[in-house]
Amino acid sequence: MLRKTLIAVAIVVGAAQPLLAANDVDPQADAKAFKEYFTKRFPKVPVNDFVNGPYSMDEGLRKQWESIDAFPPYDFAIEKGKQMFATPFKNGKTYADCFPNKGIGIRQNYPYFDTKSGQVISLEFAVNQCREANGEKPLDYSKDDMAAVTAYMAFTSRGKPFDIKIPNDPRALAAYARGKEYFYTRRGQLNFSCASCHVQNPGQRIRTEVLAPAYGITAALPIYRSAWNGMGTTTRRLRTCNSQVRGVPLPGGDEVYRDLEYFLSYMSNGLPISGPGTRP
Amino acid sequence: MRTRILVRLAVLLSLGGFATAAMAASADDFKAAAAKAEAAMKQANALKNQWTTTVDAMKAAKKAADAGKFDEAVKHAHEAEALANASVAQAKEQATAWHDAVVH
Repeated sequence: MLRKTLIAVAIVVGAAQPLLAANDVDPQADAKAFKEYFTKRFPKVPVNDFVNGPYSMDEGLRKQWESIDAFPPYDFAIEKGKQMFATPFKNGKTYADCFPNKGIGIRQNYPYFDTKSGQVISLEFAVNQCREANGEKPLDYSKDDMAAVTAYMAFTSRGKPFDIKIPNDPRALAAYARGKEYFYTRRGQLNFSCASCHVQNPGQRIRTEVLAPAYGITAALPIYRSAWNGMGTTTRRLRTCNSQVRGVPLPGGDEVYRDLEYFLSYMSNGLPISGPGTRP
Repeated sequence: MRTRILVRLAVLLSLGGFATAAMAASADDFKAAAAKAEAAMKQANALKNQWTTTVDAMKAAKKAADAGKFDEAVKHAHEAEALANASVAQAKEQATAWHDAVVH
């Protein structure tokens, strides 16, 4: 009798563990606190302007950006992306066959949690899933064609507010929690976390660069970056950040990066897509 | 005078002998040092927290070893091991410390 009781208690406690863990994660409360932190710290910045990163923090930089944006350097990427969208794969299918609404005006929904495969799907990951499903080689995650396709998709979503969903699935909550942990964890020999720069020091300079606020930071991606003399994707930005703090970057498409993007984009829910963007 | 010269010669010879002994790293010494460094780097990789400077140190160690400069190779391997251990310690500490930085 005692043995059966103990087993029953163990089963109940064991079953309760995932619920207890899920209750510890509160993305809505996190997002509310995140927004309040930045809007209180920068009360003069209009909420939607946070998506402009360092340009929302520095008037001089903003003026430079406005003059550059008269002839946007990412235009060529949008054109190339549009062309890639229109060009069939070898099997006759196109990118439009892989995405809702034929891939137009959907960027604000990425990343999303795929309950079938139990993982976060970023836009870049989805592009490569589409290619591989249609017999094509995956693209380099960092630049060139991946930047072009995602630039075009972002452009078709300009102005649409981020609408990242976390379904009622403990795996989705766990992915969100992993992304949050990564964001706040110090790494690399220089011992910086993402938060070190983008929560504790937005608007400050690191060497010559003005740091962007984390609130809205994924909205402008992919970006044309003057420092790169070219386009770069979300993956490129994350990998560069890793190496800049002397941490070995992860491979493109790594689950960790997708979870991080999931967390960051959820924090930016309601902010408008501004990509593709320009950065110093 | 003669005694002074002999003493000085003895000191010089002993210094030379000591220096030679300290620099006499062998290929086996390097293998042992590299194995320890690589074990530490494997731990860092498992935690997804390898430092770029660790990788650079190990590359320098292998390059020196390929050139037969085993004392230099061992020095770089020890450096790689120390850096890898530091990155592992960082990851372990941060596993709980990250909570302190969370916006709330």
